[in-house]
Amino acid sequence: MNIPSELLYTKTHEWVKKVNSKEVIMGITDFAQQQLKDIVFVELPSVGKELKMGIPCTVVESVKAAYDIYAPISGKVLKINQKIQEKPQLVNEDPYGEGWFLHIEISNPNELSSLLSPDQYRVASASEH
Amino acid sequence: MKKTPLYDTHLTCNAKMVSFHGYEMPLQYDSIINEHLCVRKNAGLFDISHMGRFEVSGDKAFPFIQQIITNDAGQLADKQVLYTPICNEQGGIIDDILVYKWHEKHFMLVVNCSNAEKDLSWLQKQAANYQPLEIRDLTDSASLIALQGPQSTNMLEVALKTKFDYIKRFYFDDHVWDGTRITISRTGYTGEDGFEICVDSELVVKLWNLLIGKNKQDGLRPIGLGARDTLRLEACLLLYGNDMDETITPLETTIGWTVKFNKGNFIGSESLLNQKTRGIDRKLVGFEMIDRGIPRHGYPVLKGNEMIGKVTSGSFSPSTNKNIGLCLIQSQYGKIGEELQIQIRDNTYNARIVKTPFLKRDLIK
Repeated sequence: MNIPSELLYTKTHEWVKKVNSKEVIMGITDFAQQQLKDIVFVELPSVGKELKMGIPCTVVESVKAAYDIYAPISGKVLKINQKIQEKPQLVNEDPYGEGWFLHIEISNPNELSSLLSPDQYRVASASEH
Repeated sequence: MKKTPLYDTHLTCNAKMVSFHGYEMPLQYDSIINEHLCVRKNAGLFDISHMGRFEVSGDKAFPFIQQIITNDAGQLADKQVLYTPICNEQGGIIDDILVYKWHEKHFMLVVNCSNAEKDLSWLQKQAANYQPLEIRDLTDSASLIALQGPQSTNMLEVALKTKFDYIKRFYFDDHVWDGTRITISRTGYTGEDGFEICVDSELVVKLWNLLIGKNKQDGLRPIGLGARDTLRLEACLLLYGNDMDETITPLETTIGWTVKFNKGNFIGSESLLNQKTRGIDRKLVGFEMIDRGIPRHGYPVLKGNEMIGKVTSGSFSPSTNKNIGLCLIQSQYGKIGEELQIQIRDNTYNARIVKTPFLKRDLIK
């Protein structure tokens, strides 16, 4: 399983990448896309929406069911990845790259410290196997 | 939780198992989409041993069957199979089943796993007037597998070294294999050509491995319940519990053709005839999404602001690359081409009523 060392993670299988002190990018992890398999639809929030850490912000649907994706951090949606709305399989193919979900302007930088390191995430996701 | 005799075989093939009406069954082996497309292109093998099977035999077996089903078993030749609902007195669908006829005194019913117990007690209750009648539950002693897809005839013939093309669609035959009788019917739940094979539970693993072993290089692979559901939906084959239940009559669905009033009285005939005369208020129709969004069972169907019904089945359709579904709605809105809205979570999305089946296949007759 691919867990890039430069990212932060949540127990609910989202990843976070710091762009600068105010902005992050988020998506779902390789583990998450493997579990969901065949992603056929992604419903993203609209730009400008205020997100709250731990509250659902996106819905991802596989052939079989719909799953909530949780905001890994609080803040405002700056940008959404329209490409994954047109080609949802990008999330399966490239979860850390072309399959990104949102750019978020973070409202509380302290929350970053509660995210998991790659090692912590490896342990957390291994227990779900 | 019950396991079919193929449980360990599924695990060996990396199946993701799910609990399905009391059975642990394979949902998918890797990708539902790949499995789906494999059945449409080559063929796939399904474990459907969870489905209930009852053998009905006795001097009055034929009139008994005629009484409980809405379709007409009087039209059946020996070794023919009939798809039919069984209804309650109100015309509500208790189950949809296959009836196998060996002869007038010997039948087998293949029923939905979710209804097997309920069906058995219903059958036993109705059997009182048709004694002596024996109803034997074969579900555990015999297993059921389905070989489905355009290559299935070739693959079955290669594996069993016998010709089976003489079995026409909705017919069956008994065949001796490995010293035991297996029953092979040209039926299925995918919209493809194919066979369903009833075999002694002791031998099902051997038969499964033989079929896979002889045909693996030609693309045969095991298929889970996930793809079984998308395949049947594209073919507009209804799913009990989703598209029908005891509050819905066959006349309101796409299987109105299975109600044969001219065969004489049967359970539910009076109510159904009344409904037919009166006209139906609701109708099960197929739709495809215009907007992006995946319809699912239970989602509200709207016309403007008015709720006109509910989605009964819905999915991404791997063969057409569209999002499709069935919905039970007020009949006045059920015309082909009519636009309506599906509520998905907090938003509404446009959809259009289309002809079913969603995918038309040329099946042999």
